[in-house]
Amino acid sequence: MRAYNRLPNAQGLFINPDKPISFNFEGRRYDGLEGDTIASALIANGQWLMSRSFKYHRPRGPLTMAGQDANTLVQLESEPNALADRSPIQSQMNVMGQNYNGSLERDKDDKLGLAGRFMPVGFYYRAFYKPTGVWDKWEPFIRKKAGLGVADLDFKPTYHDKAYLFHDVAVIGAGPAGLAAALKAANAGASVLLVDENPIIGGALTYHRFDVEGERAQELREQLTQQVLDHANIKTLTNAICNAWFADNYLPVIQGNRMYKVRAKQCIVASGAFEQHVVFRNNDVPGVVMSSAAMRLMSHYAIKPGNKAVILTGNDDGYLAAIELAKNGVEIPLVVDMRKEGAEPSVHQAVTALNIDVRLNSTVYEALPSSDKKHLSAVQVHDIKQKGEVASHGVKVECDLLCMSSGYMPVYQLLCQGGAKLSYDDNSALFSLTNLPQNCYIAGSVNGVHDLDAVIRDGEVAAYNSLVALGLASELPETLACTKKTNFNWPIFKHPKGKDFVDFDEDLQAKDIVNATRLGYRDVQLVKRFSTVGMGPSQGRHSALPTARLVADATNRTVTETGVTTARPPFVPEKLANIAGRIFNPHKYTPMHKRHLELGAHMIPAGIWRRPAYYGQPQDRDEIIQRESTMVRNAVGMIDVSTLGGLEVRGPDAAEFVNRIYTFAFLKQPVGKTRYAVLTNEQGVVIDDGVACRIEDDHYYITATTSGVDAVYREMTKWNAQWRLDVDIANVTSAFSAVNVAGPLSRKVLEKVCVDVDLSNEAFPYLGYREGTIEGIPVRLLRVGFVGELGYEVHMPSLFGEKVWDLLMQAGTEFNMKPFGVETQRLLRLEKGHIIVSQDTDGMSHPGELSLDWAISRKKPFFIGNRSVDIVMARQQTRKLVGFKLDASSARPKEGHIVLASNVQSDCAITGNVTSSEFSSTLKANIGMAFVGINQQEIGTRFPIRVDGGEVVMAEVVSLPFYDADNARQEIV
Amino acid sequence: MKILNCPLNGPRNITEFVYGGEVKSMPEVGCSDKEWAEYVFYNDNTIRIIQEWWFHSPSGYWFIAERHTASDEILKTYDPSEVFNQRVDFEKQSKPEKETLA
Repeated sequence: MRAYNRLPNAQGLFINPDKPISFNFEGRRYDGLEGDTIASALIANGQWLMSRSFKYHRPRGPLTMAGQDANTLVQLESEPNALADRSPIQSQMNVMGQNYNGSLERDKDDKLGLAGRFMPVGFYYRAFYKPTGVWDKWEPFIRKKAGLGVADLDFKPTYHDKAYLFHDVAVIGAGPAGLAAALKAANAGASVLLVDENPIIGGALTYHRFDVEGERAQELREQLTQQVLDHANIKTLTNAICNAWFADNYLPVIQGNRMYKVRAKQCIVASGAFEQHVVFRNNDVPGVVMSSAAMRLMSHYAIKPGNKAVILTGNDDGYLAAIELAKNGVEIPLVVDMRKEGAEPSVHQAVTALNIDVRLNSTVYEALPSSDKKHLSAVQVHDIKQKGEVASHGVKVECDLLCMSSGYMPVYQLLCQGGAKLSYDDNSALFSLTNLPQNCYIAGSVNGVHDLDAVIRDGEVAAYNSLVALGLASELPETLACTKKTNFNWPIFKHPKGKDFVDFDEDLQAKDIVNATRLGYRDVQLVKRFSTVGMGPSQGRHSALPTARLVADATNRTVTETGVTTARPPFVPEKLANIAGRIFNPHKYTPMHKRHLELGAHMIPAGIWRRPAYYGQPQDRDEIIQRESTMVRNAVGMIDVSTLGGLEVRGPDAAEFVNRIYTFAFLKQPVGKTRYAVLTNEQGVVIDDGVACRIEDDHYYITATTSGVDAVYREMTKWNAQWRLDVDIANVTSAFSAVNVAGPLSRKVLEKVCVDVDLSNEAFPYLGYREGTIEGIPVRLLRVGFVGELGYEVHMPSLFGEKVWDLLMQAGTEFNMKPFGVETQRLLRLEKGHIIVSQDTDGMSHPGELSLDWAISRKKPFFIGNRSVDIVMARQQTRKLVGFKLDASSARPKEGHIVLASNVQSDCAITGNVTSSEFSSTLKANIGMAFVGINQQEIGTRFPIRVDGGEVVMAEVVSLPFYDADNARQEIV
Repeated sequence: MKILNCPLNGPRNITEFVYGGEVKSMPEVGCSDKEWAEYVFYNDNTIRIIQEWWFHSPSGYWFIAERHTASDEILKTYDPSEVFNQRVDFEKQSKPEKETLA
């Protein structure tokens, strides 16, 4: 085992050298320090191998040390696919590797790589689709071979929540650009939110070497960090990820178990750049890392990443990494520079002064693993002949670490989610972002700026732009051009033997991408779908750039034309718990709610409300409903109808307005009368009904269905926004509560408490409207017949709802009046043949199908659905809502059961469905309403209904209503 | 989540609003069945700036927004009286002629 271990001074920014923590990996104990990630603690102990690759089961170790690759996915006890280089170690935690057969160290499937040439790109798609059904046999096997972690089925839910933040400026990324931007904005008076995924702020200042001297970064970091943390206008969230950009700077920021929903007036994305790898043979062997990963290991965790390191670079940052490594005691046998021209003279001199050899115009052509294949042992260095091609012979250099610096890819994901476009500049070999969303700016390396001074200035410029938009304008900082060239234009060296990986997640080699284009998948989106490039956990963080270059090259297009695949949220995997959170499901109570509970009501949801279904236990439902209905039919009962919608229409044009909205004629409706009001939409479909009371010439009070009233109110106000009639419309649903006192004795009950209204049948006839008082409380009285008995709806201000309920209950005592629930009401109105809109109607029901022709005025010039009703009713009808009856002994159909065209033909057409069904003790039969085919509508027709279990029962069409056809009951004197 | 600038209430989250469809002008009462059906069922669905109805639910207020269908940018919002400034009367419109229905 290699004993790299900690650097002697152990001054890592993330770790606490005084707090040792031990944990287990693959059943072996390891010692780390507080602040270590699983990956850093393992590397400190010389354990580089952390996972097996997805397809070929190749040994893999960390690539970025920043959670940007899939090589570090490990299994925690209750969490699969955790990133070892992001997950902090905890005492005694058990960590396992993933995706191996046997053990991580000895994976029986690691020979799969040898069969690689029999598994070309698109292998799964092409090999397993014929004959039909063969995939079903292969799938379980392949899933097992290519699976990742194991889900914990004994998972215990943990607490997660949401918080809301509102800031003038949100700065995403607390590197030098983000810190400078946050300070500039905060100093001008803006409230700033600064978000960073790392445990401390500073970004590249915490690990990157910006110059030969290597002192400026630390000074600047300490200075800026102090200013930011001390600033009253800046709120800083560390260990937090802004996981998406949504419209108008709505930003989900996840920190642990909390999701902040941030609304920022201005957003500055200083998300940085992903360092990019070089494509060559065996570039995935553990020990081959990004230069930035080596820097992070040293700076964050005080870990010496290797003993002997070769640098493969296409920019000066590789040289600076060499200086840092050498300073920490790592031997550097060679810096391999892919460029012909080499580095800045000062940088070059600084490296050669350390006795480090530099070889220009060369590349690592192949990495050579140790005999156990688990770590790098040497690299094969060749001269570059031309773009992507190398000399046939090279030199072998022994090393246990290879640091790659081929350039950067801006962290474009959030911005492209917001509609930004990427364009590629052939000269700088860099993607840049344009077409940013409104009120969103970029700064720093995501903006292609890498010189430290220019980065700081770029952050300030972004802050200035946001301040101008906020009206807090300050001085425009002078921009500083960045002269630094970071990207080598073709760091791709295909090898005849392959294993030159473009995408480590999916084990995709350079030839796989090129072959996909040869098979006709020229578009990068299709290349992705065919080859799966960029589909793995790292989502193209490293594969997007080489893929774009390879596809462009293979299809003779520019890299800009080729582009990258679409970026969609989330930026990093997001736990469902972060999104789901807790249930917030508000509902309304009527003023009588407490009384219902006292009376043992079984409460059910009705739209946004809770209503009594019946009074008693659910197991006694059927019996209670029959008892409550018998009470209403024979004596008197009372129901809370406060949930009914209430609308007030007032003004000189009130009658004209109601006349245009509803189907009936309302202009000549007398004051003190109610009228049935049916609402159709422009398609002629019945969408609501209610009762319109004319209180005065210029004043209507209209009821609507419980669940429909909000939509009715919207329709009314929308139409009048166009018609400009002189009316006011108010939704008074919650302002009024109401009860319906129904039954032959209802007048007697009401007479006891409402003494200032003549309730006699002559003075207050059916469909009348009166106003009076009950113990001084003003009430609106409507003579209604919804349940088919003499009945009064009593509407009062909600404040007095409970009081009036109590007074009426008291008055009803001597008549044995009890309350009844909404399910009983449904049975009563069914017996009376009254429809409930949205239960007995659907999105296609026009008035003709519902036999509501009588409620439509043909004499007025207009109502909303007028024209469409005329058109559909003139057509051949296809179905009709009818009443049906079945023997009490027959299986009772349920709502939604289908009506068939034939009871003998098994594959016959469906002609309709049951909309209402209940047993009626009054009629001693199962009754209901159903849509039936147009040739099944005649009274006496028997039609089949398929009920539960596939049984077919025969129902008979009967005339509606089932009960009291001559309306004698509601006229009782 | 988008922000919509309500002319009555200022900028609010779009979840507070109900969409009311494109602003369309209803054909005269005397139009043909075909014209009526096109009015009811057809939408242009083209890339351009369109006028849309939006309703601020908590305050019960309808207004008109102008939005570009490609960029989804809302360019302006205003009270419907800026467009609908005259009382509509159907009595004055001619009656539809009887059509032969297929």
